[in-house]
Amino acid sequence: MSAHADTHAHDDHGHHHKETFVTKYIFSQDHKMIAKQYLITGTIMGVIGILMSLIFRIQLAWPEEPNVLFEALLGKWAPDGVMDADIYLALVTIHGTIMVFFVLTAGLSGTFSNLLIPLQIGARDMASGFLNMVSYWLFFLSSVIMVISLFVEAGPAAAGWTIYPPLSALPMAQGGSGLGMTLWLVSMAIFIASSLLGSLNYIVTVLNLRTKGMTMTRLPLTIWAFFVTAIIGVISFPVLLSAALLLIMDRSFGTSFFLSDIFIQGEVLHYQGGSPVLFEHLFWFLGHPEVYIIILPAMGIVSEVLAANSRKPIFGYRAMIASILAIAFLSTIVWGHHMFISGMNPFLGSVFTFTTLLIAIPSAVKAFNWITTIWKGNVQMNPAMLFSIGFVSTFITGGLTGIILGDSALDINVHDTYFVVAHFHLVMGISALYGMFAGIYHWYPKMFGKMINKNLGYIHFWITAICAYGVFFPMHFIGMAGLPRRYYTNSNFPLFDDITNVNVVITIFALVGGVFQLLYLYNFFGSIFFGKKAPKNPWRSTTLEWTTPVEHIHGNWPGAIPEVHRWAYDYSKPGHDVDFVPQDVPLKDGEEELQH
Amino acid sequence: MTALLTIIVLVFISIAIWQMVKIFDLAQAKVENSDVATDKDNTINGYLMMGFLAFIYIITIVSMVKWGDLPLLSNAASAHGSDVDNLMIMSLVVIFFTQTITQFLLHYYAFKYKGEKGKKALFFADNNKLEFIWTIIPVIVLAGLIIYGLNTWITIMGVDENDDPLVVELYAQQFNWKARYAGADNTLGKANVRLIDIDRANILGLDEADPNAQDDIITTELHLPVGKPVLFKMRSQDVLHSAYMPHFRAQMNCVPGMITQFGFTPVKTTAEMRETPQMQEKIKNINNIRITKSKDLVANGEEALEPYEFDYLLLCNKICGKSHYNMQMKIVVETQEEYNAWIKEQKEFKNSLIKQ
Repeated sequence: MSAHADTHAHDDHGHHHKETFVTKYIFSQDHKMIAKQYLITGTIMGVIGILMSLIFRIQLAWPEEPNVLFEALLGKWAPDGVMDADIYLALVTIHGTIMVFFVLTAGLSGTFSNLLIPLQIGARDMASGFLNMVSYWLFFLSSVIMVISLFVEAGPAAAGWTIYPPLSALPMAQGGSGLGMTLWLVSMAIFIASSLLGSLNYIVTVLNLRTKGMTMTRLPLTIWAFFVTAIIGVISFPVLLSAALLLIMDRSFGTSFFLSDIFIQGEVLHYQGGSPVLFEHLFWFLGHPEVYIIILPAMGIVSEVLAANSRKPIFGYRAMIASILAIAFLSTIVWGHHMFISGMNPFLGSVFTFTTLLIAIPSAVKAFNWITTIWKGNVQMNPAMLFSIGFVSTFITGGLTGIILGDSALDINVHDTYFVVAHFHLVMGISALYGMFAGIYHWYPKMFGKMINKNLGYIHFWITAICAYGVFFPMHFIGMAGLPRRYYTNSNFPLFDDITNVNVVITIFALVGGVFQLLYLYNFFGSIFFGKKAPKNPWRSTTLEWTTPVEHIHGNWPGAIPEVHRWAYDYSKPGHDVDFVPQDVPLKDGEEELQH
Repeated sequence: MTALLTIIVLVFISIAIWQMVKIFDLAQAKVENSDVATDKDNTINGYLMMGFLAFIYIITIVSMVKWGDLPLLSNAASAHGSDVDNLMIMSLVVIFFTQTITQFLLHYYAFKYKGEKGKKALFFADNNKLEFIWTIIPVIVLAGLIIYGLNTWITIMGVDENDDPLVVELYAQQFNWKARYAGADNTLGKANVRLIDIDRANILGLDEADPNAQDDIITTELHLPVGKPVLFKMRSQDVLHSAYMPHFRAQMNCVPGMITQFGFTPVKTTAEMRETPQMQEKIKNINNIRITKSKDLVANGEEALEPYEFDYLLLCNKICGKSHYNMQMKIVVETQEEYNAWIKEQKEFKNSLIKQ
């Protein structure tokens, strides 16, 4: 397979091509440029998503109080600066949608799968550069549509990011279920097409374009994670697409897939025989694997960064692969734990409790292996390393409460309360964001040829780490006190008056944490222009991407693609003078490759 | 204009930060650096790791002390509630134990093995024994939790019809709740939203021809006799709702087009619940907060808040539209005699219809 890659590289990708601005920066087919496009688009969406969360956090801390910020940002949705209840739900809905799909799926997987798969497996580019370009532009289009939906007259989609019908299906049930929801569904359908094109490309590339000597068991764990993520995506995203299409049919063509026996605003609707529970099944058949689509790439990145910065091999390489596979498999058979109290047969609930709690086993294996990787290391505290340690910390904190939520008997009382909000934000929101930051800090030199300022990185990490715990840790307690999520204000329940002060604390942490992301943005964009020039291999890392020149070229390597002779984790190997041995260095005489 | 000024200020702040960082960079002795961590960075961040570990422990303890009395971990008002609470407490103990140890190991190792020039890490790639240990321990712990959890779940969800439960329908609509009692025959009459006739006040769509429907009673407050099993049948007329009764550790979605169910036995009357020490303390606490708030309100010429008196509540816990945040119904648990007296005063369905 390397022979094939070699021949095609020199003809197509040399310097003969004359590139215009458009082919280089806009309709680029180069995986490195596409990765950057994903990252920048994801960053812009992230800014929007986080800003929304700050707006509704202010509302929750000081409910129904006039606020100039609301008046300025929400316009007609905040008459006299008092937030409208409909827009509150819309903000929550779009915040969830943007963060889950546009930032942590496309922004994370799109960026790093594109950047690292060809570079780390030793390929000139993705299997299909054209499909890759189409994938990005579909993502861009879906982002634009999602943002446009914010400006619709009757308001954007507001049925929660899970868009359960009938609420999402009936414009008379909620203003946001009109044009806003139509745009949401169109945007998501395009997004899914983009994601599928991307995933197919990743799978084919990993299977077919590995350089000579790069066996599957010599792949860095990043590639394993991206590869398995792509497979889960291909299995589960089409199911969401079908759910979205059926919902579009119910909304626009009068079918009854999800609707039955509805009386609203004084009239009986014609729908008969459908079931909202069916939609829940279809939605969560994607929705649960989706959280692993988000977290697995982050796990891959963290495994890589922890090993490189501990100057130690990742502990239990094969166990790490096995746990990725186990998590991927289990992720497709646990969706029912979102539906314990949906009216689904309680026996089915028992089955899903069983499969759900099993996921804790591979997750525990991963956490212990990461900790052991640091043990007796020579830990280099680069910003990427801090975010990776932060990842393990929040993944443990957030993951542990999963054994409460996965337990159907306990879920009865904390379902849809702030306990759930705390759990999933820590375990897949903050953790995945940390994974993304770790990746950005680690591969920034590879992406932009410049170093990103480490001191700003340190400040960014420590403030973010403290604020993330400050925001989400107290939420467990208000959730256990029975406070439902998605409430515009709690002031109609004197029962919850003793929670108000917790909400203020949470909001202050959120505001500080949010403002300090500006520092990161400043560092990110500033370093592109003012950063120090990056050396070829700044982190003294073993993987192939650091053997490419700092200046990006088409085809990645100026000469032949390097041949791989060892696994990706020969850090501090006895018998070598330096504490890392790159994958393309042949084994010494008598040196044994580890039987990992 | 304000926007422009704000932008200018932000630009200046950014430049200031950049300059500060530049100075910070220049002050760092050796200029060998290319934004890669030095031994000094490793040391500083190593200590910060220990500081952060302390922060995690502190925020845990502070949260427990300050907000630990908010949770519904004791004082359950239903028969199965204490089982749920015990399981919850057991799970929390496992969680806190694991959390404390693993966070310690993670941050302590990061501190202890912080990098130094010339030091070499241990080449330690694999150990089957270790892998086995931390696979088997979670397996055993989880097996225990799964068995305990599923037992509890099956007990809660398995409604025994032989207990002769009181059958009550919970009916959800944007944005309020109704309750329908089955009457003397303890059998709910047939109903469908297609039969709703607002003009005749048949608001829940009962089948007027069904003999079982005649003695049904529709109310806007939920009254339950203490100690008697209740079987709720849930319906919704428009969108998904969720009947959440946190004090009874009970919740079930209301789904248009189908009937869902949940059963429990209330064991404490509203009056008894108000008398429990935990509740007394909570009420006192809440009323102090309300008094403070009222002072501000009165100063602004608004009305003061009424003092809080505890009542069981049914809340909507599935996003259902604009007024989702205010969809509630009062639940009163009382003695059988009080309940009998109350139900007697309510109108039966056949008498509540408007004759045309």
